Order: sequence, then structure tokens, then C-alpha cells
Amino acid sequence: MKIHNTTGGRIFDAANYVFLTGIGVLTLLPFVYVFAGSFATEAEITRRAFFVWPEQFSLGAYEYIFSTPAFIRALVTTVLVTVVGTVVQLILTVTMAYPLAKRNLRGRQLILSLVVFAMVFSGGMIPTFLLIKDLGLLNSYWALILPAAINPFSLIIIKNFFQELPAELEESAKMDGATEVGILWRILLPLSKPVLATFALFYAVGIWNDFMSPLLYLSDNSKWTLQMYLRQVTASSDLLGTGNVDPNYIPPEQGIKFAVIVVATLPILIFYPFLQKHFAKGMLIGSVKG
Amino acid sequence: MTASAVDVKAPEQAPPPAPAPGRRRRFAVHFAHYKWLYLLLLPGVVYFAVFRYAPMYGVSIAFKDYVPFLGVNGSPWVGFQHFEDFFANPDFGRLLGNTLILAFLSLGIVFPLTIVLALLLNEVRLSILKRTVQTLVYIPHFLSWTIVASLSFLLFALDFGPLFLFINNVLGTDIDFLSDPAWFRPLIVLQEIWKNTGWGTIIFLAALATVDQDQYEAAIIDGAGRFRRVWHITLPGIRSTIIVMLILAIGQMLNTGFEQIYLMTNALNRSVAEVFDTYVYFVGITQGAYSYSTAVGLFKSLVGIVLIFGTNALAKRFNQSGLF
Repeated sequence: MKIHNTTGGRIFDAANYVFLTGIGVLTLLPFVYVFAGSFATEAEITRRAFFVWPEQFSLGAYEYIFSTPAFIRALVTTVLVTVVGTVVQLILTVTMAYPLAKRNLRGRQLILSLVVFAMVFSGGMIPTFLLIKDLGLLNSYWALILPAAINPFSLIIIKNFFQELPAELEESAKMDGATEVGILWRILLPLSKPVLATFALFYAVGIWNDFMSPLLYLSDNSKWTLQMYLRQVTASSDLLGTGNVDPNYIPPEQGIKFAVIVVATLPILIFYPFLQKHFAKGMLIGSVKG
Repeated sequence: MTASAVDVKAPEQAPPPAPAPGRRRRFAVHFAHYKWLYLLLLPGVVYFAVFRYAPMYGVSIAFKDYVPFLGVNGSPWVGFQHFEDFFANPDFGRLLGNTLILAFLSLGIVFPLTIVLALLLNEVRLSILKRTVQTLVYIPHFLSWTIVASLSFLLFALDFGPLFLFINNVLGTDIDFLSDPAWFRPLIVLQEIWKNTGWGTIIFLAALATVDQDQYEAAIIDGAGRFRRVWHITLPGIRSTIIVMLILAIGQMLNTGFEQIYLMTNALNRSVAEVFDTYVYFVGITQGAYSYSTAVGLFKSLVGIVLIFGTNALAKRFNQSGLF
């Protein structure tokens, strides 16, 4: 096995490059297939086993889904819930992180311990469900937003970020007569814009992708989000598990499944470059300080 | 906000004097000074009380016979009845088996693959290739399980999916991968590989970047080839990261992803598909056995906590001795 960085090394490099390129292509292939399929005719999808470019270009599937009220409703709902949920998460996390970043605030340590405790222990699915039920939030969009409104990990990361900003900034602002709220609004928030933008993106992806909350809390299928709609459309009816399925549902043609998957995936792919810019750093901060 | 301008000037002078030594009075002074900060803190504290701690209190229904109109407090205590029922239930062995098999498949296949992929990426000197492959393999991590499941449904669709046709052609078989119980676990592992191996490399790549480069030069002078360098320098260099990640993974063993399993479960593969998380959902939410399912969930959490603390203790021992 003694391979020097000469011929053997070069063979290994070549094999490795080919292999990794293959991995990259394989990762991408399902998207390419679904994307191509969404623009193909129903006949072509059934006839050709696999293709990355449709022979006959068709917008039929998109025309169909964008004229389906249930789909439009799910899409609009999901966009609204994602936007409102992200804003709520940001506001609640920042307003809580800021006081907790003040080392001399009394009760801070107790609250921080309770936050950390909540990272490790949770009530679980059923007690949370019963709480949502008792609060009258079943079939309300708030049930998708409020239960996860503050992520303890991001709270602590943002708190640490505030804590690490130079104290002189605040002191000089206080000299100028700024209030605590004014300091947060005028000095800290502008400084933390990149950090908050990163968290906003991650929150948005989390809400957009959430399947469990709508499954648990939205039994009324007129309120379904895109992920719920997607599941209903793509799972062939005989394969569906029990629970939370519209009984009057007629399975659609294949092309429509392709189109719905594309619509559910596209926003993530569009925001992905922005996510990628930040996540490696963010994840490392999290792993060090979490 | 304008009114608070008055009290902001004070904090520098006020806390130290504290004329009356009564604790309560001192706190009142402190509180008055920082009332805006406490006000900002309030929504978050309310959130944690309502959405994090109230459900923890709600876990008490695992020891009660929960009746909705009596509420959590009013329902009668039954002690460990639900736990006894669960352990006596034939479902218990099946659920434990299914959960553990999926957990070990993940530990035994997905975890090593992540390290292998990280090592291969680390060997790439062509930075454009490295970055491109990284960009591609991280993407699936950001997609929902619903999308992963939907893609699987299309790719393995009966008589039509590209992978259904391809694999059955190669093997000369006629397997319906989506409903055949024997193919449930391979499918789950495949999804996990596609979605998470790429993302999982991040932490190992970060560790690999810290390995001392001088050692490689010394090894080259000593005549060590690529594989020997990986084996004797790279792997030992990231050993502690591997151990920590492995221990974390063991701590999370019973948390088979609810969404993934739920989405891939159907009437035909239920016998191998059902795990603790999905069982809690089906028994609790769809059948309304709230107390019983809470007990099942609590049992799973307790085992998870034992695993976390057990592996944490192990991690400390590994860190101290630094030996494998």
C-alpha cells in the first residue's frame, strides 16, 4: 500500500476527482429530472424512463396547479406563515437576547439556566399538542409559529454576539442620553444586521420546510401549507399512512407532482447561495458556544 | 421611550449605595433602574413559560388518566399503569427493534460515509472542484423531508420511476420498493445518505483543516504514501472530533426523525416502519390515547437522557485519557 505522490498518487487523485464529481452529479440528478419532468408532457413522462431535457416543452402542469385554488391557497398561506413567523422569531429572540447580554442584570443567570434546561428537556409531542389545543390554537396559523418562536440555541448565540460587542459603544451612547431601547435599536441592531440576516434565513427555511406542525395542528385541509399539499399530491393514495388525509381526494397526473415539487423546492434553491455564505461559520459558532 | 431618558443617566451612580440593606428593597431599586430591560425580557420569558415549561408540566398526564374536560390537574392519578401496559404490549418489542435497527444502520453506514466523504474532499487540491462538490452536496440538507419523500415516491414509483425501472432491470426482479417491507430500511438509509452526508462533512472538514501540516512534510520525507499519511496522520488528527460526533450521535439514537419515517410509512410496511415517535403520533393524535402515548414518549425521552448522560461521561473519559 506504499503509494508515493507520483504515479499512484496521480491515479488516486484522478479517481477521487471522478468519484466526487459523480457524487455531486448524483446529488443533483433528482432535481434535474424533476425540473425537466415538470416541463414535459404527461405522455413523455410515462414513455421515457429518465430524461434531463424534455422533447416537447409544456407548461401544462404549471398552468394546472396555478389554476387550482387549493394549491394557490397553500402557497400563499406558506409564504405568509413563513414571513410572519420569521419576523416573530427575530423580534422575540432579539428582545430576549439583549437583556440577557447585560451581565449585571439580576435574575439573568436563573433565566439562562432555564433556557439551557429547555434545550435538553421538552414536554414532547402529546403534552405540546394538548397545550395548543387548550389554548384554542388548533387550526390556527399561530400554532405553526408560536411553539417554536424562540430557538434556545440561536438565542444564546445572539446573546453571546451582543455580549462581545465593545462595551464602549453603549457607554458613549449612554453619555449622549440614549435609552436602553434606543441603544438596542440604533446601535446594536445595525451592527448585528449580517448575523440577524443569517438567522432570518435559517428561520425562514425551517418554517417553510416544517411538516410536523401543520400535520399536528391543522386538521382542516383548507388551511394546509405547501408541505402538506405536496405530500397529498405526491404520495399515491394507496400508499398513504392513516390520518390527516382528505378523503375526497383524487390523485393527479404525474406531471403535476413534478411541478409541485419544483415550486416547493425553488425558494430554498434561490436562497441557498445566501445561506451557504453564512452557515459554515454559524454552525461552528454554534458548536463552540452552544 | 422618551420618559426613559431620565433613568438612563442614573445607573452609574445608583446601584452601589443601596441605602436600606433589605434584599427586596435593593431588588426593587435595581428593577426600577432596568425596567425597560425587564420589559424587553418579558415576552421571551412568557414564551418559555407557556410553550416550553407548561408542556413539561403536562408530562404528568403520563401518570394520570387524562380526561380532556377535567384537564391536566383534574384527571385522576393511575401511577405507572400506562408504562406497565406499554411494556406488556407486543408493540413494545417491535418498536424497540425497529428503532434500534434504524439507529444502528445510521451509526454503522451514514456516520462512516460522512467521514469518508470528508477525507476524500480533504484530499482534493483543485479548490474549484472541492468548492463545487461541497456546494452541491450541502443542498439536500436544506430541503424538507416532504420533498425528499416526494422525490423518492417519483424515483421509485411502481412501473414508472427511473430507479424502479433501473434497479429491477439490473436485478431482473419486480420489486415495489415503496411498499415492500424488506426495502423500507434501505430506502430510509439511502434518503439519509442523500440528505445529510454532505452536510455532516462540515464539522470533519473543519477538524481536518486544523491538522498540523508539518507532520505531512515529515511523513513525505520518510517516504509515506497517500494512504499511509491519511491513516497515520489525518485520522489520528481528527480522532477526538470523530469520538465526540459519535458520542453525540449515540445520544440521539432513539430520535429517528419523525417526519422522515412518517412520510415513508404506509399500510404495507408498517410492521418494520413504526418507531417510538410515529407510534406516539398514531396512538396519541389519531387514536386519542393521550396519557398512554405521553407515557411512551416519556419512556423514550428517559432512555434518551440516560444515553446522553452515559455517553457524556464516556466523552469526558476519552477527553482525559486521549486514548481510543
